[in-house]
Amino acid sequence: MSAYIIRRLLYAIPILIGVNLITFVLFFVVNSPDDMARMQLGDKRVTEDAVQAWKADHGYDRPLLFNADASGAAKLTETIFFQKSAKLFFFDFGTSDSGRDIGYDISQRMWPSLAIALPVLLVGLAINISYALMIVFFRATYIDFGSVVLLVAMMSISGLFYIIGGQFLIGKLFHLVPISGYDTGLDAVKFLILPVIVGVVGGIGTGTRLYRTFFLEEINRDYVRTARAKGLRERVVLFRHVLKNALIPILTGVVAVLPLLFMGALITESFFGIPGLGSYTIDAINRQDFAIVRAMVFLGSVLYILGLILTDISYTMVDPRVRLS
Amino acid sequence: MPVILTTDALIFLLIAVALGYGVYASQHEHLRAPWRSVARSRVGVAALVVISFYVLIGLLDSMHFHPRIEPVATGESAGAPPPEAAARDGAGGGGGAESRVQARYSTQVLSVLDVILTGLRERQEKTFSAPFATHLFVKEAMEQPDGTMIRGYPPLEHGGAHLSDPSWRGVDIAVRTVLGAIKGMLLWMALTAGLVWLVAHARGEAYNDGARSIWEGRTEVPWRVALITPAAMLVLVFVAAELAAGYHILGTDKVGEDVFYQSLKSIRTGLVIGTLTTLVMLPAAVILGIMAGYFRGLTDDVIQYLYTTLNSIPGVLLIAAAILMLQVYMTNNADQFESLVERADLRLLFLCIILGVTSWTGLCRLLRGESLKLREQEYVQAASALGVRHSTILARHILPNVLHIVMITVVLDFSGLVLAEAVLSYVNIGVDPTMNSWGNMINSARLELARDPIVWWSLAAAFVFMFTLVLAANLFADVVRDAFDPRLVRVK
Repeated sequence: MSAYIIRRLLYAIPILIGVNLITFVLFFVVNSPDDMARMQLGDKRVTEDAVQAWKADHGYDRPLLFNADASGAAKLTETIFFQKSAKLFFFDFGTSDSGRDIGYDISQRMWPSLAIALPVLLVGLAINISYALMIVFFRATYIDFGSVVLLVAMMSISGLFYIIGGQFLIGKLFHLVPISGYDTGLDAVKFLILPVIVGVVGGIGTGTRLYRTFFLEEINRDYVRTARAKGLRERVVLFRHVLKNALIPILTGVVAVLPLLFMGALITESFFGIPGLGSYTIDAINRQDFAIVRAMVFLGSVLYILGLILTDISYTMVDPRVRLS
Repeated sequence: MPVILTTDALIFLLIAVALGYGVYASQHEHLRAPWRSVARSRVGVAALVVISFYVLIGLLDSMHFHPRIEPVATGESAGAPPPEAAARDGAGGGGGAESRVQARYSTQVLSVLDVILTGLRERQEKTFSAPFATHLFVKEAMEQPDGTMIRGYPPLEHGGAHLSDPSWRGVDIAVRTVLGAIKGMLLWMALTAGLVWLVAHARGEAYNDGARSIWEGRTEVPWRVALITPAAMLVLVFVAAELAAGYHILGTDKVGEDVFYQSLKSIRTGLVIGTLTTLVMLPAAVILGIMAGYFRGLTDDVIQYLYTTLNSIPGVLLIAAAILMLQVYMTNNADQFESLVERADLRLLFLCIILGVTSWTGLCRLLRGESLKLREQEYVQAASALGVRHSTILARHILPNVLHIVMITVVLDFSGLVLAEAVLSYVNIGVDPTMNSWGNMINSARLELARDPIVWWSLAAAFVFMFTLVLAANLFADVVRDAFDPRLVRVK
């Protein structure tokens, strides 16, 4: 087991190098730092001095990959690649283009993101599983048919509609909770209710439909027929046998997204004004702060790979038929 | 003078590919059978009719041209063309007599749809007005006939301007609705009569018998649904057209542009994103996927590494990074683009490509798994024992047997991509802000929600148009998947 995990971790290294190279090419080769400086300074008739000053300020004045002027190891370290990209490997995110420490910002903004993402995941999971079970219990009736129609319709509604509709209905019409904002400590709860509701409702369509197919797949298995042949009631068959087995794909699917919860929900956070990592990223995109976008790309990839490894491990833990090799 | 934008060319290529596939599928039983079962599903047929209405509008909007400027007959001033037009003509506007003979074209790029909707396009108001309104939505200072100024809602320039007395609006709307419905029904009846005759002819029945078996649902293809859905759509189209001639049926936006026009123009953007993205990613995904599964070994490792790496970058961030870079490039090389339309179009294409890069990995992995299984099949082993070349095996034996997976993925991805466009536009990494798209409509309308009373029509229009398309696409995708997935057939 531990050998397998170590191998998987080692396998992650070339992937992360690949990610790093792609972002490096995107950010520095396709568009040279000169282009970026001109874009940031905002005018086409920027003087060469201003461009050079901007580059020096933000540390883009080094050569891309190889510094012939430096000596020794500095030939490689005194380059943009090392300073801006390779350092990400050690989770040294550097400073943003506006001069803030990105690592500190991330550690601060992680928690509000988590405060939304975790409840959405847990409540959503509970609702989706129970709803899917209900549909399967009443399968081939009008409840089944009506629910499937409802789910497809819910899937077809844009996520933006749920957010705008939720804000309008609950926040503006009923004045139940504030429309947006955030607070520290327990006061944050009243700001979190609405985004969590919106997140859960928005996910019901896809989630429940997926779980329904998981349940239906299990219900055609032989062990279910055996259980029914024993004379077990449908309720018992469903809850004791089908639910347990269908939970395997559900749980492993959840494990895969667990690390990514830290990244936050991009759109939700910026709509509700929650100072999490999602709105951090969006603000960076809008301000065209390349350093932050680069850091978030790297962080996202690391967490994704972590999720993959966790999925494999969780498979062996819940399903004895799966062996790691 | 026709203009072919890059996306237009690709759309026509896509249609050619689809037609080619249609011909191929009609000659191969294993592809014909699932499509036949799609055609027999009532939901599938209804969804298909709705989608084809959208596609029709999208296609009309994909035929672009430079409109001809009508030569002004009188006055020497007409001899001096606008500077852009002269630059475009190339011949130059030097000789007045010469250039008057030559046809002159505007730099503006219009589509056939624009021409059809000329009325909607040109009837601009000053600013917001509610659906069917006769007066502006915001108060303005107005001068009274006696010279005094009062604050009030000024009447619209076009919306309801034909009414001599605004209190007759309700009656007028009702009359127009009925008129539109009758026109729609007439056209539908003409089409239906022709179709019933064809069906009856094909079934070898008399006309009345054919009509009865359609009405009682005894035909294999659910013609009843295939007739009722277009009836509803045609009536809707004609009623909308009739009403839109006199009113802004979905209101106007901040700069006074008709929202109905914007929604219709956005259809093309949505369709382009939904289809071209798949078209762009398909070759890479299919070729790499089946190669990885068939050759295994080093090829497999390299391809797997490639897609795992691309997949581990969060999609939105990769798109953001790429679009940011494109913006930088476009700002610095602004002179490379002839017009704003061309620039917006290239950005749309680029968005499709980058969306394709983030979404091809799923299909690639599926294809790899399937061809891993296929290469162990006896017929593949036999072909390889007989010394058939790898490329031939891939093309003759592997590719045809994974086509159903490709088909399912293409159809399933469509609705997700249409929805993604709206979200991306909200983050400002979607299509060009000057381009009509549902995402841009939502994005600009969002800022007006704080007004009191609330400006809801832009949002509602974008959501309804998007919802209809995505719902139809989702339903259609379900039917297609059920028809093509061999596993599901066995379970039943």
